[in-house]
Amino acid sequence: MPTKAATASSTPAPRPSLMAWFGRDPTATMLGALIALAVIFFSALAPSRFLSLETPRAMAFQMPELGILALAMMIPLMSGGLNLAIIATANLSALVMAAIITKMIGPASPSQAIAGVIALALAAGLVTSLVVGLITGAIVAFLGVHPILVTLGTMTAVKGIAVYATNGGVIGGFPPAISFLGNGTLLGVPVPMILFLLCAIAVAVVMSHAPFGVAVRMIGSNEKATRYSGVATDWMLVGVYVASSLLCWVGAVVMMARFNSASAGYAESYLLITILAAVLGGVDPNGGFGKVLGLFLSLVLLQIISTGFNLLGISPHLTEAIWGATMILAIALALVRDRWMARLWLRRTSK
Amino acid sequence: MPDQHTSYKAVFHRHDVQLAGIIVVMAVIFSTLSKSFLSAGNLVSLLENYSVMAIMAAGLLVVLISGGIDISFAAIAAVSQYVMATVLVRTGGNWLVAFGFSAGFGILLGVVNALLIYYLRALAVIVTISMMTFYFALLMFVTDGKSLYNLPDWFTDDLSLFGIPFPVVVAAIVLLVTVFLLSRLSIGRQIYGLGGNPEAAKRMGCNLLGLQCFVYGYSGFMAGIAGLVQAHRVEEVVPNALIGRELDVLAAVVLGGASLLGGIGTVSGMVLGIVLLAILQNGLTLLGVSSYSFGFVTGLVILMSVSATAYAAKHQQKQRVRHAN
Repeated sequence: MPTKAATASSTPAPRPSLMAWFGRDPTATMLGALIALAVIFFSALAPSRFLSLETPRAMAFQMPELGILALAMMIPLMSGGLNLAIIATANLSALVMAAIITKMIGPASPSQAIAGVIALALAAGLVTSLVVGLITGAIVAFLGVHPILVTLGTMTAVKGIAVYATNGGVIGGFPPAISFLGNGTLLGVPVPMILFLLCAIAVAVVMSHAPFGVAVRMIGSNEKATRYSGVATDWMLVGVYVASSLLCWVGAVVMMARFNSASAGYAESYLLITILAAVLGGVDPNGGFGKVLGLFLSLVLLQIISTGFNLLGISPHLTEAIWGATMILAIALALVRDRWMARLWLRRTSK
Repeated sequence: MPDQHTSYKAVFHRHDVQLAGIIVVMAVIFSTLSKSFLSAGNLVSLLENYSVMAIMAAGLLVVLISGGIDISFAAIAAVSQYVMATVLVRTGGNWLVAFGFSAGFGILLGVVNALLIYYLRALAVIVTISMMTFYFALLMFVTDGKSLYNLPDWFTDDLSLFGIPFPVVVAAIVLLVTVFLLSRLSIGRQIYGLGGNPEAAKRMGCNLLGLQCFVYGYSGFMAGIAGLVQAHRVEEVVPNALIGRELDVLAAVVLGGASLLGGIGTVSGMVLGIVLLAILQNGLTLLGVSSYSFGFVTGLVILMSVSATAYAAKHQQKQRVRHAN
């Protein structure tokens, strides 16, 4: 879909203004329309509850977990790959951090010691995530195995380590400093939301301006051509999975802080939802295209649907079913939109 | 490849031969370490435990060979199983009704997948993930997550054939049918062609829409049968019992040598993949290793297997280039 927009904008012929407006960012336009539709729908059904200040606040606390993990899925998708191990990586990383914090902090520990242990735990979690990313990336890049297969393997193995180490149990009970990262607010904005926005901005800047991001998108479009044009594609691919794991670590910190515990089995239902969110946000699952803005809007849309249904007292299962249907609807809308634009274009140029 | 080198050496380079070799070595090790490993009781229960997985894997294999992928089969199995059980509980029914409802519903949902993939021109993985979410969430919503326990007696009665449990018999029939379909029927060869090169298949006159409907319908059909067998085996229907198995089954099929790019894969390889995972987990249990370690071992086996395959392919290519020079 974005390919057509790109070819349309690179043609020097004059183009109709309506198409220019659509063509600039068709995904964002479509998502914006869907969001407006959803807001109108829920405002009409539950005006007093939906239009209160509590709604955006609740959304700002719930969105970041899924959002950060969706960013971790987005980077591999843009390189033409996939990372099925994101949830397993985040959980293992959270478990390592949780184990260090609960083992080394007693009720009588002085605050300086607590700060030191937390820093150590964060570092250990980061290293865990990076090692997983490095192994995944190395197998994808240097052995050329399909990313679905590699990450299927790392997902099973990493989750296996987490289950074996905890016997399927939960590690919990953290000092208030950790809880602040998940449930606190800074200037009225929830801390997880701030972490998510920082990640989103960083990913947006890197993917659109840094050499690494450009290389990743080129690999996603045509890996061979990118290699022949002098880019070290294998190391870039390692970087893709390391970056994805880095975001998993941030996701792990937020999840651990919000649930006040860590386990091998948390957030497993998010895995396929992150792919949905990214693709709904215009990330091309074949690789090469995608914008953080689109991903952000799709997350907002999914969250509005979920919060709205929650306020109407509708089962969370129905919400999930509607998420799936929204995805199919978005694919269908994109297809109709592309055909319509092509016809409009043909009529203009044939005159 | 087999036409070029039919020497003994080439045989050892075949994926399924290597897998079979690993399985034999593991079986020997486990049977010397644990006396109960080779007992008839253990082998039969092993077969029974993995028969539902094998039935679902047969459907997924056909989809993978055609160049597609299906993540929604476990959700389809859960839905068709529940529909069948509801009908049986309400009306009593018989085997024909049970089979008709579970298989029919499976085929229906599978064909819906195929139509969406074909007409929306979307990636199969995205469509089937969406539909998996949709089917399963809708099932949970409609049923409220309630299990059905009061299945009719004739349905849950033991149906062993010469001491072979019913699930194993069904799995064997399903696998034989799949072998026949893939290697003896014209449509099977067309499925290989579609996976190998869709454009060429189209120009050869294959009906792509028909083939896709058949392939995803077959996967749904298998899912429906798997749902029926599972309900018979555990004598109850729990809506979320089969969910979460998608990636396990995919791992087993891939372990058996099927390619995600399509055009490659055999039933025998897939069976060996499942046997390898089954023997590994069973052997570890008999040796008293904690069942919590299965995930790690399974993941390691998958990683080693796919890496070795890729390394061999790279090596072969290098040699071919050297020969050409």
